[in-house]
Amino acid sequence: MATKRLVRVKVNGHDRGAEIEPRLLLVHFIRDVLGLTGTHVGCDTTNCGACTVILDGRPVKSCTVFAVQAEGREIRTIEGVANNGQLHPLQEGFKEEHGLQCGFCTPGMILSAYALLEKNPHPTEEEIRWGISGNLCRCTGYQNIVKAVQYAANKMSEEKHAA
Amino acid sequence: MIPQSFEYCRPGTLPEAVALLEQHGDAAKILSGGQSLIPMMKVRLARPEYLIDINQIAGLQYIKEEDGYLKIGGLTREADLETSDLVRSKYPIILDTASMIADPQVRNLATVGGNLAHGDPANDHPATMLALGAEIIAVGPRGERNMPVKDFFLSVFTTALEHGEILTEIRIPIPRAGSGGAYFKLERKVGDFATVGVAAQVTVDPAAICQEVGIGLTNVGATPLKANRAEDFLRGKRLDESNIKQAAQLAAEAAQPSSDLRGPAEYKVAMVKELTKRALTRARERSAAQPIR
Amino acid sequence: MLHKTSPEIGGMGHSVKRKEDLRFIQGKGTYVEDVHLPAMVYGQMVRSPYAHARIKAIRTEAARNFPGVLAVITGQDLEKAGLSWMPTLFHDKQMVLATGKVLFQSQEVAFVVAEDRYTAADAAELVEVDYEDLPVLVDPHRALDADAPILREDREEKTNHIFHWEVGDRKATDSVLQSAPVKAKLDAFFPRCHPAPLETCGCVADYNSATGKLTVWETSQAPHAHRTLFALVAGLPENNIRIIAPDIGGGFGNKVPIYPGYVCAVVASLQLGRPVKWIETRSENLQSTGFARDYHMTAELAADRDGTLRGLRVKTLADHGAFNAAAQPSKFPAGLFSICTGSYDFATAFCEVDGVYTNKAPGGIAYRCSFRVTEAAYLIERAMDVLAQELKMDPVELRLKNFVPPDKFPYQSPLGWSYDSGNYHGAMNLALEKIGYRDLRKEQEDKRRKGELMGIGISSFTEIVGAGPAHTFDIVGIKMFDSCEIRVHPTGKAIARMGTKAQGQGHETTFAQIIAQELGIPVADITVEEGDTDTAPYGLGTYASRSTPVAGAATSMASRKIREKARKIAGHLLEVNEEDLEWEPGKFYVKGAPSKSKTIQEIAFAAYTDIPPGLEAGLEAVHYYDPPNLTFPFGTYICVVDIDKGTGEVKVRRFVAVDDCGNIINPMIVEGQIHGGLTEGLAIAFMQEIAYDENGNIQGGTFMDYLVPTAVETPNWETDKTCTPSPHHPIGAKGVGESPNVGSPAAFVNAVVDALSHLGVRHIDMPITPWKVWQILKAKGVAE
Repeated sequence: MATKRLVRVKVNGHDRGAEIEPRLLLVHFIRDVLGLTGTHVGCDTTNCGACTVILDGRPVKSCTVFAVQAEGREIRTIEGVANNGQLHPLQEGFKEEHGLQCGFCTPGMILSAYALLEKNPHPTEEEIRWGISGNLCRCTGYQNIVKAVQYAANKMSEEKHAA
Repeated sequence: MIPQSFEYCRPGTLPEAVALLEQHGDAAKILSGGQSLIPMMKVRLARPEYLIDINQIAGLQYIKEEDGYLKIGGLTREADLETSDLVRSKYPIILDTASMIADPQVRNLATVGGNLAHGDPANDHPATMLALGAEIIAVGPRGERNMPVKDFFLSVFTTALEHGEILTEIRIPIPRAGSGGAYFKLERKVGDFATVGVAAQVTVDPAAICQEVGIGLTNVGATPLKANRAEDFLRGKRLDESNIKQAAQLAAEAAQPSSDLRGPAEYKVAMVKELTKRALTRARERSAAQPIR
Repeated sequence: MLHKTSPEIGGMGHSVKRKEDLRFIQGKGTYVEDVHLPAMVYGQMVRSPYAHARIKAIRTEAARNFPGVLAVITGQDLEKAGLSWMPTLFHDKQMVLATGKVLFQSQEVAFVVAEDRYTAADAAELVEVDYEDLPVLVDPHRALDADAPILREDREEKTNHIFHWEVGDRKATDSVLQSAPVKAKLDAFFPRCHPAPLETCGCVADYNSATGKLTVWETSQAPHAHRTLFALVAGLPENNIRIIAPDIGGGFGNKVPIYPGYVCAVVASLQLGRPVKWIETRSENLQSTGFARDYHMTAELAADRDGTLRGLRVKTLADHGAFNAAAQPSKFPAGLFSICTGSYDFATAFCEVDGVYTNKAPGGIAYRCSFRVTEAAYLIERAMDVLAQELKMDPVELRLKNFVPPDKFPYQSPLGWSYDSGNYHGAMNLALEKIGYRDLRKEQEDKRRKGELMGIGISSFTEIVGAGPAHTFDIVGIKMFDSCEIRVHPTGKAIARMGTKAQGQGHETTFAQIIAQELGIPVADITVEEGDTDTAPYGLGTYASRSTPVAGAATSMASRKIREKARKIAGHLLEVNEEDLEWEPGKFYVKGAPSKSKTIQEIAFAAYTDIPPGLEAGLEAVHYYDPPNLTFPFGTYICVVDIDKGTGEVKVRRFVAVDDCGNIINPMIVEGQIHGGLTEGLAIAFMQEIAYDENGNIQGGTFMDYLVPTAVETPNWETDKTCTPSPHHPIGAKGVGESPNVGSPAAFVNAVVDALSHLGVRHIDMPITPWKVWQILKAKGVAE
């Protein structure tokens, strides 16, 4: 039995910590230890992106990171996207543009789009498609997801101008 | 889906890391980006007893030009290569390569050093580094070592790195004026390994003669391959359509692919030819656009 | 006939934003893996690496003694409880855990239960199994050879032949095929593929030994059927079994069968008195759960020289893997494959299908196929193009010439179906206009002169969905009705439950819209629940595009029952006779005196506070709907492709989809279904196959090689519609979820073949990979 490690992570702005096995995958840490089940597991070969979370500002596949690697770092999961109950423009966009059906890929998809818009607030359609190319969806065919991201980009741009 | 148990070490310096690797021998593996290693651990193809996480070691992430070289730190993430102004403006072949590796999330963690050190003939940077004539710098129990990349890949998953050595830097001689390069990757879908990949780097003089040329091939052999005969043929000749075609044919002859789910060997050989044509053509276009230094 | 409702009410035709979205966009859905119960433990399967082998011994001691392990169950253990085999959904049985031998790679051999999933994974590695190789059968064409290994020793008849099924007029069809001036024959293979919903299958089985109640959270598209089967097979009282299908991350048919993992989890929970969670990995999902297709088909068309069709003969070999676990109506071993006459008016037709066992994963029906309609539509649409090529006729002209004309509906097909309604010319013409067909053909001519390759592929499919009438349809004996129960509260809000179970189709919104349409209660005021067998009325679940045709109809009928009672209450409140009242969505008013009215909300309140004498209190109804017929959605899809001569890669330049599913409840949701199904069709046509090598080793059993398209590979889909209501459906709706997967593969393949037809190519089997195209180009001397 390997030496357990204490891992302390900031998750959605809150300090969290636990003693865990080094081999515990970050996705299992988030889901089973922290109880945040919005992050999903859709495959076992690092292909599908359903487990995407934002680690120190960058989207990563949490099934391919050990929780111990997140020591002292910051994570944002889907539960940390809304602001005090106020939906993020991306979340609004997914609802307005019918960017989800079964909802299983949605958290990971939103987080990838979140990071994309932070880096590139006015992406072209092509850039959106490349930006979410690490997230698989079986239901929507991506077309309305692209629209959802465009909705969010427009809304965020308006809000910025208004501010 | 669940890796075997292991002890986790997170050294803060290179000497510590090297010492740990020496101490634990074959039972230890380096954790860099982890995007190749962790998937292997999850299916238990890799079962290290000790994981040496080198991500906290300072001074291994950089992209800079210095002393006539483009120097890239071994821990530099693929995503950082994609967004680097230096890479985007002066080394589009590296942008081509990095942006075709896996997908955005994987690129945020995957490192150039890992992509080379893993020794997987299906990885993309090896072909590009072969085309660029890069050098690999490693630090280990015997100190620092330089290895030309053409001597670096020995066989499947085996490089010239000795146990205990950590790849710390990739050094690329800054190409002269009139140089250009491109990487073309044929893949079944975004995120896949290459069916075939070809990197081509050329230096063309004002008389349109190809002065220098490097051609690297991805996933068509037990190691990444350098198309030496194609290079020898092109060197000193006009970089025109006919010569490009002949060089592409020679590159195809250097390929030794297996038939697998990405296609029959015959197809892959033909695609080496096709992609070499495209890569050399794009490299030539870029050589004309490259600003004089 | 259908009133128009206001956007606030949100009845039929409104693109109401989905009610279910709020929890999903916040990561607050409850999928099976999200269920955490106190004292819960984890199960993991041990699986066979061999496709066909005798089990000489299984040693579980090391695993059982591993710290944290609570149980290791084998087939022998299950045998004692009579559970080592279980019935499939189609006249067969399958092993839950292997006894005696294994029949496919990845077959379940043992079930390890431990305190956590990491311990279970470690312990699973310690289970040792001694296997003795047996000869492997993977080619279904060899299954009936004299020297073929007999796979199913448990069957009375020692043969790999499962069934022979035929329909139609063999004699008349043979005769027409003999005499017809023009014939076209096509051998077309529809490869084995897999629905691969993003959420894999799994369950949490919780047996409460204090109360004797078993609750199973299950990824199930048919929770009631599962409950009944658990009761029959495990001998547990059905009132003590509760199946909860919570949020499901995609189904596409993959989550209809009962899997060994569910049974093992239940057994373990019964044994341990603790909740047992079993969630399969993606690899397990691809390698062992319900696959789709694997049909080797031959179609022969007979026609006159002017292209008038005379007859169709079809012969198919069906590869079912090791057990016939196809989930389909019990009288239809080849599902609804006999829809293979498609949109065309054939005087005569004949169809026969033979099913065989092979050493592959069991199943055969899944992936958005409406019970083999995908195979049938693909076959006829491909065959029509082959015939068009033979006749040197435009494939559009050939279709227009032979479509069942509008005045022939209801249309009796020569293979026994009565198509409810159709307007094939309408859909085709709209599609042609949208794609700019004439210009595309001109462009193609120009390109051919320059040696460039572009193709146009048509698919004018007719589907058959909404199974099905009780006189013909049942699954393991249970008739295929469906149900809806609605209860209106005093303050005018409502709750409704159905026997279906959405996995992304938006039922919480669309079924509310049906009720809103019928009763005028706003969608926002209606809660729709599905999937809990303790509360929902009995139904056969959601697959085969049956929810709207069957449960949607039940919803409409139940709403109308409520409206009937509401009328009586309104009459009482307004002190007039029922007959003097008119209805508009949301209220009854007195004929000629519209200001004298009562809203449905006022009526609801009165149902509890001012009940008319002789009437019961309350305002609710339940309806079990037995559909009088199936419904027949249809459409025309047109695909334009360009081929890269250097690499063989095919790029979809444009895709126009015109669908007709009758009256539409929510256009936004229908469009979303089309986008998703077309993307699945694209993947099937170009990228996906579950293949096996000659030793039965699965090729492509992970997402590394079983390819799901990303947003980069997926083109933009152009959708449109025509509307030909179903005359027999209460709201004229037909169902549409599977149309895009049914109709699109042929459009893609026809387009590629069309791009190469001038070189003499007449057919390419799926998946059309770049290297397949390149090999053709090379053989034809046009590769660059």
